[in-house]
Amino acid sequence: MARLNVNPTRMVLTSLKKKLAVASRGHKLMKDKRDELMKRFLELARKNKSLREEVEKQLAEVYGNFTIASAVMSSQMMEEALMYPKQGVSIEVGEKNVMSVDVPVFEFTTTTDDLTNIYPYGFASTSGELDKAISRLSEVFPVMLELAAMEKEASLLAQEIEKTRRRVNALEYIMIPQLEETIKYIKMKLDESERGNQTRLMKVKDMMLEQAIRQKQAETAASLQEFKEQG
Amino acid sequence: MYKIGVIGDHESVLGFKAVGLNGFPCADSTEARRILHRIAKEDYAIIYITESLCKGMIEELDKYKDVRIPAIIPIPGMDGSYGIGMQNVKKSVERAVGADILFGNDEREKEGR
Repeated sequence: MARLNVNPTRMVLTSLKKKLAVASRGHKLMKDKRDELMKRFLELARKNKSLREEVEKQLAEVYGNFTIASAVMSSQMMEEALMYPKQGVSIEVGEKNVMSVDVPVFEFTTTTDDLTNIYPYGFASTSGELDKAISRLSEVFPVMLELAAMEKEASLLAQEIEKTRRRVNALEYIMIPQLEETIKYIKMKLDESERGNQTRLMKVKDMMLEQAIRQKQAETAASLQEFKEQG
Repeated sequence: MYKIGVIGDHESVLGFKAVGLNGFPCADSTEARRILHRIAKEDYAIIYITESLCKGMIEELDKYKDVRIPAIIPIPGMDGSYGIGMQNVKKSVERAVGADILFGNDEREKEGR
């Protein structure tokens, strides 16, 4: 593992140690976040799958009804009957926070109050099959809305999980090993220079001692000489 | 206030129009693409697109995947389901988990292993 390109000084060492502490804490938090997101996502995806199956089944039914209706009525008649919708649908988009991911919540309101009369046409020129198709469709519609919200949430969560996973991996396999390696390197370097210093000091001391001894010897020799000359 | 759009072939859209959604009938993916880009800029919160049209515009759908609004949801059209909607669910599972763990069993059954 490559180490960072830094000067091996005590100051850098302290700051790296701090960085490492932050990184490992962040790593732990991210990991927890990822696990929780994953848990929620899987729950959601399972629900999403079954809901989609449901919607697809019901829509197929609705289309079947429409096909029958269009077989009974002429296409112009049907077009005319459905041309001007009676109810308008608008939706409010709320916000829900799932593990710091903003997901939209859809709530729909229809402009008509009367839920029993949603048919935008008179009954005189249309067939009963069309009524059935329309009423089924308006039943399916809320489920479709739920599906939309759920799929959006799933894809947003998936994105967030992907991002978090990348971060966790980057911290776990790049950042933290790199910091550890660099810290180790600086420590070794510092120890090494410490040892170098120690030996140098010992050597100097040795030399000084030797010099002192030599001086002492010289002094003794000199005084001995002096004593002899006097005697 | 947001609106809901439905893009699809003429017959599929007709019914949705009747219950109050805004339908955009169109014949092929090129046209659908143009409509999608146009109405995505307007205040449409949900856009349903029939799967037969989705087939030709997967990249376009992916573009809107990571934004909060609009939600673009494939639905089966008059001509039945192509499994694109399911594919999307599967894709997001794969994206999150790294491997497909929800649908794996179904496929193995299909392939007869």
